[in-house]
Order: sequence, then structure tokens, then C-alpha cells
Amino acid sequence: MPEFLLVLISTILVNNFVLVQFLGLCPFMGVSNKLETAMGMSLATTFVLTLSSVLSYLTYTYILLPLDVEYLKTISFILVIAVTVQFTEMVMRKTSPLLYRVLGIFLPLITTNCAVLGVALLTVKKGIDSFLYAFLYGFGGALGFSLVLVLFAAMRERILVSDVPTPFKGASIGMITAGLMSLAFMGFSGLIKI
Amino acid sequence: MALLNVTSPHLHKPGNTGAFMRQVIYATVPGIAVLTHFFGWGTLINTVLAVLTALACEAAILKIRQKPIAFYLNDYSAVVTALLLALAIPPSSPWWLTVVGTSFAIVVAKHLYGGLGMNPFNPAMIGYVLLLISFPKEMTTWLPASGVTASTEALNLLQSLQLVFTGQISGVDAFSGATPLDTFRTYAGQPEVLDTNAVLHGLMAGYGWEWVNVAFLLGGIYLIWRRIITWHIPVAMLAAIFFLSGFFNTAVDADNYGSILFHLLSGGTMLGAFFIATDPVTAATSAKGKLVYGAGIGILVYVIRSWGGYPDAVAFSVLLMNLAAPTIDYYTQPRTYGHSKPNKGLAKRS
Repeated sequence: MPEFLLVLISTILVNNFVLVQFLGLCPFMGVSNKLETAMGMSLATTFVLTLSSVLSYLTYTYILLPLDVEYLKTISFILVIAVTVQFTEMVMRKTSPLLYRVLGIFLPLITTNCAVLGVALLTVKKGIDSFLYAFLYGFGGALGFSLVLVLFAAMRERILVSDVPTPFKGASIGMITAGLMSLAFMGFSGLIKI
Repeated sequence: MALLNVTSPHLHKPGNTGAFMRQVIYATVPGIAVLTHFFGWGTLINTVLAVLTALACEAAILKIRQKPIAFYLNDYSAVVTALLLALAIPPSSPWWLTVVGTSFAIVVAKHLYGGLGMNPFNPAMIGYVLLLISFPKEMTTWLPASGVTASTEALNLLQSLQLVFTGQISGVDAFSGATPLDTFRTYAGQPEVLDTNAVLHGLMAGYGWEWVNVAFLLGGIYLIWRRIITWHIPVAMLAAIFFLSGFFNTAVDADNYGSILFHLLSGGTMLGAFFIATDPVTAATSAKGKLVYGAGIGILVYVIRSWGGYPDAVAFSVLLMNLAAPTIDYYTQPRTYGHSKPNKGLAKRS
């Protein structure tokens, strides 16, 4: 049990996908202007990331490995992710039209969120060989993504009303803030070695 | 008779930012004195360098942004930032370290966000963490505290100046010592080394550092007495460290986890609790928010010190809670007078 807790801490804080591994920066910058959209986006991404991590693990272990075609992993993972995103989109359209409209283009864009493909490929690269581990790896990564996205969105709402010099307004100060956040997250390095 | 309708906060005391900041500067005096007593003139030289750099950077930015220079320099906020950074940097560090750190703190962490009152991160801690990550060797080399062994003396003024500006002292080959936190980290789990190491055995906690922390504690109590800061953040932070270190030291393993006093009186605990975490701009706002914020810093300090890759963690913890502060504020909004429920969560925002 403790090692599963360590996997979660490792993926949420120590190896945070956004601030330490620099994956998924596009939605991190794009959807963080308002707290509600950020919350919606993190929910959607958590769902997709966890599901696609598990599905790609199953695809790899039970389809690609037995057929000896591991070299097809990237393209098959992309297919799996696209299917998952499409599924999420359909569900969300029916259950929460408001959130669907608010997220707009960013929902289909989860397909190209490099964190999602990154998690699938890292699962293989790290040689993760249990279903539960793959699930926790994807889930932890998604929680870490959600955590920093929500914190960042709350910060950006505050920065929006401050007197930022004109050349630094908008995305530039967002980039600088993300860099400083990443500086703070360096404090977790060495906490867990996984 | 004209009735003036002014909005809150209704301050009874006449005061301005400059007056408040000057009180903070006075409160650091005991800490500076003790640091100078144990580690020589390096702290004072660093302070002077940092303050000059900060004022120069502040003036330059204000000039570029076409704001009144004298007005903003008079609020002493740049001096406080510089002072806090200089107190955190080792007294043996080369001059350029102080200059790089201070200018990054003032220019990037403060003025790119619009100056005083707008910065989301504590500028001094941004400067410190930048230096710690970029120049780990310089930032973790401390001088041995004067008197830790019979022959150790603090550097005199000339030696300190030599060390800061040339990087070496004539006639001395090597002159460095580990801090109590560093020593404990290195030898954790080896009671035979821990019991005999002089660095770890002062009167109450690590040698020298205990008095530095006591001095900052006194300064902090002065700040609370003068109502510059409230008690919430320091108390929550120190209580979190107290309970965590108490639990792990007594219930888990005394050789691997330092004692309560060791954690409370080591490294930057007191400086962080009273001077750095309480920065009104970057901390949470409401009383409840401040308690959450302070406790968060305390927990992170203990976690990173005990299991992380860095010996001290006040700077990282403060920054990490800085970035959580807007979210904490969002969820700890106090009830507005006349309303039955506080305005919080997702639903009420439009």
C-alpha cells in the first residue's frame, strides 16, 4: 500500500507533469484565465487522462506485446486517446451543455494534450507492469495537472487586476508566473525517487 | 457639518507603508546583531550590497515606467525585500550572488507584476530560490559559528570584505562549516556521530543558530506587539512544525527525525515564520485563510527538511503556499455583514 501512496505523491508533486516535466503546457496556458473553466478543464482532463492511461496500458499489454508489434505503440495510443476524448465529449454534451460550451475548442484539444500521450508513453517506458500502477500513474498525473491548473487560474485572476507593464500583459506574465511556479516546485525534488 | 463617507478599513492609527516597513526593519536588528556575532561582518556587507542593488533596480524600473521615483523609494518596501534576502544568503557568499539575487527579486518578482502590492510571490524568496537552484555550492556553504570549537572565531571586517569581494582570505585555505540542519541531514540515523557533533549541541538546539532564531523570535514578537503582523500565520506555522516534529521524534524514530526544539530553532524557521510568511501581499487575507496558509508552510517545511533534497525549506514552502494563497482566499472568504452565508465556491461567481 505505501508504494501506491508514493506513486501518487510522486506524480502529483515531485514529477508534476506541467511544472516539472513541462507536458501539457498548452491547456495550462489556454484555459487558466478563469477559475470555472479551469475547474471544468481539470475534471475533463482527469477523466480522460486516467481512462486513456489505463486503456493504453491494456492495449500495450494485451494487443501490442502478444502480436510483437510494440513499434506501433505511438499510433495506437493516439487512436485510444482520440476515442476516449470523443467519448468524453459526447457524454459532456449530453450531461453538461454549459460546461461543454465553456470548454469549447479545448475539449477536442485534449486529444493533442501532450500530457495525455506523455503518460501513455511514459507508462511503457518506465516498464509499469500492473494495472493498478498504470491507473494510479495516470490518475496521479491528472490530479497534479488539475492542482496546478486551478492554483494557476486563481493566481491569474488576481494578476489580471494588477498593474502589469504593458509589454508583459496577458500570456507573457502567465509564462513568467508558470516559470516561477516551476521554481517553487523544484523544492519537492529529491522527495521521492521513483 | 460634512459627514465623510469613507470605506473600510477604518484605521485609527495614522500610518503609511513606509512607517510599517521601517518597523519591520527595526525588528530585524536583534537577528542581524546575533548573525554578525556568530558569523562575522558578512551579513552586514550583504545587507548593504543588497539594499543598494535593490534601490538602484527599483529606481531604474520606476524611471522606465515613468512613475514618481522618490515617492516609491520612500515606502522602504525594496529595502525590506533586500534585507530579508541578505539575511537568508550565507555571509561568506561572493558579492555577485547578492547582486544577482536582489535584482532578480526586485525586477522580475516585484515590478513585472506591477510593483508593491501586486506581486503574487514573495520577491525575497524568489531571489533566494533562484540563487539556491543556480548556485547550490555558494548558497549552502556557511561559515562555522564562532565558538563552536575552541579555535573558531568570527571573521573580522577586513577578512569578511576579502571573502565577499575576492572569494578567499589570505593565509586561510578553507573556511567553511555545515549548518546544524545540514549536519543532521548528513548523519541522520547515526546516533554515535550525532551525539558527539559540536555543531548540533548548543544550549537548546544547533550551536549558534539557536540564538539567531531566538533573536528573530524577539523581533517577531515586537512586530505582533506593534500590530504590524497578526499572530495567525506564525502561530499556525510553528504549531505545524511543533506537532509534526514532536510526533516523528517521539513516536517514530529519534535518530532520524530531529527534536522539536531543533526544528523550531534551526535554519530559517523564525525568520520565515515572523518576517517572510507574514508578507501581507503574498499571504492569504482572512484570519481563517491565514491559519491554513501558515499551517501549510509549516507542514511543507517539515516534509522537505525531513524527506526532501534540500536541508532547509522555508523559501520553497513560502513560495508553494504563495501560489496556493489566491485559491485559499477564494475558499475562506468571510461572511459579509448582512449576509447569512459566505460567498464562496463555484456557484456564486458570475
